[in-house]
Amino acid sequence: MSDTSDTASTGTTADEIESAPRRDFLLISTTTLGLAGVGMAAWPFIYSINPAKDVLALSSTEVDLSAIEEGQAITVMWRGKPVFIRHRTEDDIASAASVDLSELRDPETDKERVKKPKWLIAIGICTHLGCIPSGQKLGDKKGDFGGWFCPCHGSHYDTSGRIRKGPAPFNLPVPEHAFTDETSILIG
Amino acid sequence: MHPRKLVIASAFASSLIAAGLVSGNAIAAGGSDPLPHNKWSFDGIFGSFDKPQLQRGAQVYLEVCSSCHSLEMVYYRNLMDIGFDKETVKEIASEYEAKDGPDDEGEMFLRQARLSDRFVSPFDNENAARSANGGSFPPDFSVITKARKGGADYIYGLMIGYLEDAPEGFELSDGTHYNKYFPGHQIFMSAPLYDEAVEYEDGTEPTLDQHAKDVSAFLAWAASPELEERKRLGIKVILYLLVLTAMLYALKRRIWSRIYLDEYTNDSYLGEFEQDINDVKNNVKRPN
Amino acid sequence: MKRIQTNNRILMWIDERLPIFSYAEENLASYPTPKNLNYWWNYGSLAGIVLAIMIVTGIFLAMNYQPHADVAFQSVERIVRDVNYGWLLRNLHSNGASMFFIVVYIHMFRGLYFGSYKAPRELLWMVGITIYVLMMATAFMGYVLPWGQMSFWGATVITNLFTAIPVIGEYIVIWVWGGFSVDAPTINRFFVWHYLLPMILFMVVVIHLWALHVNKSSNPLGIEVKSSADMIPFHPFYTIKDMYGLGIFMIVYMYFVFFAPDFFGEPDNYIPANPMVTPPHIVPEWYFLPFYAILRAIPDKLGGVAAMGMAIVILYVLPWLDTSKVRVATYRPIYKQLFWIFVVNIILLGWLGQKPAEGTYLIMSRLSTAYYFIFFLILPLVGKFEKTKQLPVSIFEEVAKKHRAKEDK
Repeated sequence: MSDTSDTASTGTTADEIESAPRRDFLLISTTTLGLAGVGMAAWPFIYSINPAKDVLALSSTEVDLSAIEEGQAITVMWRGKPVFIRHRTEDDIASAASVDLSELRDPETDKERVKKPKWLIAIGICTHLGCIPSGQKLGDKKGDFGGWFCPCHGSHYDTSGRIRKGPAPFNLPVPEHAFTDETSILIG
Repeated sequence: MHPRKLVIASAFASSLIAAGLVSGNAIAAGGSDPLPHNKWSFDGIFGSFDKPQLQRGAQVYLEVCSSCHSLEMVYYRNLMDIGFDKETVKEIASEYEAKDGPDDEGEMFLRQARLSDRFVSPFDNENAARSANGGSFPPDFSVITKARKGGADYIYGLMIGYLEDAPEGFELSDGTHYNKYFPGHQIFMSAPLYDEAVEYEDGTEPTLDQHAKDVSAFLAWAASPELEERKRLGIKVILYLLVLTAMLYALKRRIWSRIYLDEYTNDSYLGEFEQDINDVKNNVKRPN
Repeated sequence: MKRIQTNNRILMWIDERLPIFSYAEENLASYPTPKNLNYWWNYGSLAGIVLAIMIVTGIFLAMNYQPHADVAFQSVERIVRDVNYGWLLRNLHSNGASMFFIVVYIHMFRGLYFGSYKAPRELLWMVGITIYVLMMATAFMGYVLPWGQMSFWGATVITNLFTAIPVIGEYIVIWVWGGFSVDAPTINRFFVWHYLLPMILFMVVVIHLWALHVNKSSNPLGIEVKSSADMIPFHPFYTIKDMYGLGIFMIVYMYFVFFAPDFFGEPDNYIPANPMVTPPHIVPEWYFLPFYAILRAIPDKLGGVAAMGMAIVILYVLPWLDTSKVRVATYRPIYKQLFWIFVVNIILLGWLGQKPAEGTYLIMSRLSTAYYFIFFLILPLVGKFEKTKQLPVSIFEEVAKKHRAKEDK
């Protein structure tokens, strides 16, 4: 024995009779086909732990906004995540609109982020490492820019949910949403 | 019931029933006629559902069966799988009220059902169902064709198996009906389907037989919605295995053809084997 | 152990510190195997592969299954309907259980026919029986998990077997249930055991293989290996033969998975568990039926349970009951007949297990049960008085003879 475990096959085939090439072809093609089958069989297992159909079907939430006073905010669940809905004041809107894009880490205008200026809808998960920023309740710390402040590692978001200071790389994402009428939205 | 009695009861229930001792009435104790055999489109390894038929069956279920029988494990969105378009399904769902909540005041409330809701059950729970149905419980239909011997044939048989009058000498209990295919023949449910019970939109003739077939097919789908995907994948898998196994067989023959060659046993393995065999013979523990 | 030599320095570095490659080479590749193993020897490795499939599918099913009495049934339906490929995982697992038992039963009958349990392989056989017992426990608890009518009543009836134990039986069954009937605590703990036991089973399989590799495989002639001419390396000869057998097996297995997934199941298990109603006709899964028939054949409660237990215990002492010096039934005319009657008898017991225990069936069950035990108990006598046939001289010669006969054709 002078080699690895494969020798048992290759060692004997080497000094084998004329038919060796044919066997090699057969061996290679069979092995390939077999391994391909095992690989394909792994797919259902890997895929099975993706979100199931019932989870995907629950992908929209309807929210009634009429009860939210100006300056107030609510948090709703959507796909198991908190979504911040803030009824912005005139000051909030003005400060969000007045920012120079070059100052921003993740440049986006306020217009791109809202459907109606009065309403900011954003997923309330810090883009740094997934904590929930504070700033929803009246007494909460809202950070240096009047939006949200993440208590975990100190990221500051402005009134448009954009990252302004701290370690987070991106703005709070805006979920797909649409106004079904003046005071209600459908998220998702 | 006392656990020990339970054992005895359950262990011997089968024998008692088969012996017809339960009620002292041999016919009432489980007999039924052999089921009619239908040719279903979903039979066999190439079988698939007949979507227009499933849609008709869904209509029969919704207009007739659903007033007593729930379909708890099916969602309204599943109806899109049998060829209804999204708007139609939304419309169907909106005719039902699903329980939701609690709302901000902590109350449960009813709202229009959505695609992501399960089929709304006609009764809140089993007790409500029993009290509304004279003590008998209309079973849930989600897996009914898997839960009955005969599957879709059983549902079909049950639908067409009602007789106006019980055969001579058969005594029906109060409130029951005679059905050829129901185990014991006495069924609480009165014949649910009849000619023109439902008006089909696609112009199919609304006979009892047609209704029965359609609703049976629909329930077979409700029980195994994965059937088409399963059979399609199955054919590919079996074909793959046939090819692979044939190749493995060829390889096996090739490799084993060498076993008879004398030179084989004299090759490089010889020393190794001798050592092994001696070890076994002499009971030697070889140091690692 | 011989160490491998290779130019790959990484492999050598690892192997010098942890000789996994040398170990694999010795036990999988150059592992000396008798030349003449027939296809009945395929079922050992096949059983190992089925176990692997069961463990993997089980792990992925467990990610979506909920072991709670209120939602277990629905969660299984959710797996089939909503989880991606959940139907496939479930069908692989539920049919895999039946396949596992088919394979293991053939493997056991092979051992019985070819005397594989005889010295020096007694422990190998006993470890194997332990695997079988663990399998039965695991399968039983797995069958409870979908929480259908058969699950519930199967659990009720089988756990009630404990009440046959005098004095403490009542307490044991309550302890097993975690309540006063099969209920939420029961399904929860059964799920844990169903997940845990296969891990233990897997370790026992390793011990089984360890014991096998000490004395190596027995063979269809039942004679000792005499020279290197009797042996071939495991790889490539038996690796390819096992793979080919696996291919055939998978075709059968996949047929059930894709085209008849409920073939081995009972319709009643698609009715959610109802503690108020026992189904009119309860039967255990097919692989328990012979033992179920033995249980019911004895008219006494404790007696029935004891007989069923003995039917398994007696397998452990088989190596000492069979005193014949000849291993294989082929050379034992009387044992051979007894063996085949035993096989037919087991199948008969299985058939009787699903028939009502009364009338002719009961009498047949009793006769069948009697034969089950007689078979084992008369083995010492058979060993003493049986006139065995002349054994062949060597494996090599037999193989060569067969080959010459083939060539002459």
